[in-house]
Amino acid sequence: MDFGPHLLLAVLEGAVGAAVLALTALGLSLVFGVMRVVNVAHGEFFMLGAVVAWFVATSIGGHPAVGFVAALALAPLIAALVAVLVDRLILKPVKYDPEATIVGTIGVLYILQQTALMTYGPEARPVEPPFSHRIALPWFEWGENGFAMFYPWGLSTNSYKLFVIGAAIVILLAFWLIMTRSKAGLIMRATQLDRETALAFGIPVSRVYSIVFGLGAGLAALAAVLIVPIQQAHYLMGHDPLLLSFIVVIIGGLGSIRGTVLAAVLIGMSDGIISVFLSPTLAKIIATLLVALVLVFRPQGLFGKKPA
Amino acid sequence: MSIGTRSTLLHLGLIALLFVLAFVLPSYHQGNLARIMVLATYAIGYNVLFGYTGLLSLGHAMFFGAGMYGLGLAMQHGGLGVIPAFAVGLICAAVLSAVVALLALRTIGVAFMIVTLMFAQAGYLTVLYFGAWTRGDEGFVIAQSARQIAGLDLTAPTTRYLAALLLFSAALLITARMMQVSFGSVLIGVRENEERTRMLGYDVFRHKLAAVIISGTISGAAGAGYAVLFGYVGATFTSVQYSIFPLLWVLLGGAGTTIGPLVGTLFMFYLIDYSSGLTNAYMLIAGVVLVLLTLFARAGLVGEIRKRWVAWLP
Repeated sequence: MDFGPHLLLAVLEGAVGAAVLALTALGLSLVFGVMRVVNVAHGEFFMLGAVVAWFVATSIGGHPAVGFVAALALAPLIAALVAVLVDRLILKPVKYDPEATIVGTIGVLYILQQTALMTYGPEARPVEPPFSHRIALPWFEWGENGFAMFYPWGLSTNSYKLFVIGAAIVILLAFWLIMTRSKAGLIMRATQLDRETALAFGIPVSRVYSIVFGLGAGLAALAAVLIVPIQQAHYLMGHDPLLLSFIVVIIGGLGSIRGTVLAAVLIGMSDGIISVFLSPTLAKIIATLLVALVLVFRPQGLFGKKPA
Repeated sequence: MSIGTRSTLLHLGLIALLFVLAFVLPSYHQGNLARIMVLATYAIGYNVLFGYTGLLSLGHAMFFGAGMYGLGLAMQHGGLGVIPAFAVGLICAAVLSAVVALLALRTIGVAFMIVTLMFAQAGYLTVLYFGAWTRGDEGFVIAQSARQIAGLDLTAPTTRYLAALLLFSAALLITARMMQVSFGSVLIGVRENEERTRMLGYDVFRHKLAAVIISGTISGAAGAGYAVLFGYVGATFTSVQYSIFPLLWVLLGGAGTTIGPLVGTLFMFYLIDYSSGLTNAYMLIAGVVLVLLTLFARAGLVGEIRKRWVAWLP
């Protein structure tokens, strides 16, 4: 295959990665933005979503779409409930002290990971996609017979992957509408801006924190449900999303939602494209170092505003 | 008795006790304690930065790994003896910590934690990338015949124990002494109130830089010691998990206490050792301990003892 079709495939793969990453990182960014809590266990909520999706999808028989839809509804809910519990039992008692919450969420990370290992097991298991059609992609070329369109062998994608991209866009739009147009969004933004004043205006800040923490975990779990038909569920799968989400949230500017989405697209796409053409490990080393340097030399992130 | 004398007596007494234990303990526990002392050296290194200077790093596995791979590769591919290879390990850790410190210290708080985590992740991936030399995840074994110093066989249990004790004692006495002189007080000043320390005329950046280098070098010494005493070098030791362990040990024992790192490592090691009869879920135990510490004993075991009963504990 030529370079062009190869690149097209890489871009499509990258777009799927970017879509899932945007949702996961959005959860992390929301929690950091509103609560100033670095949730080190965020990747484990992602893993929890995938594992629950597998349990739900396999215990419901019939057409794979039925199980998938059930998982789509249940997995984020369960992850959110666990997160609310974590907030109530650990984060609230330590009064959201930055260092204590980091240590506490590291503990939660280990607990969730090991619980998954003991109940779900060490195997990687797939969830059947609700639908999956091979879609051949056309390619245009200016050849000896003039302009021609043809279908090169192997240049194809899968309808489910296109669905993932579409679903992520819909969820992101819905999230944006909620944050900017609804009262719940207003309350969250108010709490983010000034906790004390929000309290003075009668906003139940502690309940808002619980809901935000649950929402953050739910977003990660939702992203995981979307990706399991492509990637399989595994008890260690939370590691990469966590690091990538950190990267995205930093590049996008801590707590900035628009920056997070832009950065997710940037990182997801380049990760997909670079790993097709270069060694994936080398690509990761370069990306990790670059991000660390961004944080060193521009702590507010590429799209963030300087703190006043 | 002045506090300084009491601390010195405590440290020397602890070392004497550990020395006597070498000849008393059954071989199983002797082996465990040798390993615990090397890991406690790592925790002591971590404590310099986290406990005394108040900087939360999640990247110390790269310093541990620098010492380990510095020594391991020098012995495996460079054919060096134990002592020069140990020096190579120390130099690797010192240089790496200086470079990382110069960059990472430009950030504070959460950003410092994430930057160190990123650098360590890059280090871990580098070990995997150069799999031809490092053998990646699988790691490599340092031959028993190479692990000798002037006819002393470091693989013999008692010799190994005493070598581990030597490493541990050096780290303990160096850091304890460091905290008795003004340098240590400035570090604590940085932890308690960075602005005020700067206002008093101390160069905060240089003190932090020195703290990272000392901390990284001690961690590297522990890594090199681990490689030579237990004969194995592997990528697992540079993974995020090995950055979290010293945090766990130090918190458990008591951050900012001299003997806390040993107490924490000892406690955690035997907690997992005994409970592994009931469950093989050592991560679950580590997680629960971390959560309980966060909630109920932020000062750690030694820290709580100091707070409640023995105020002079160093």
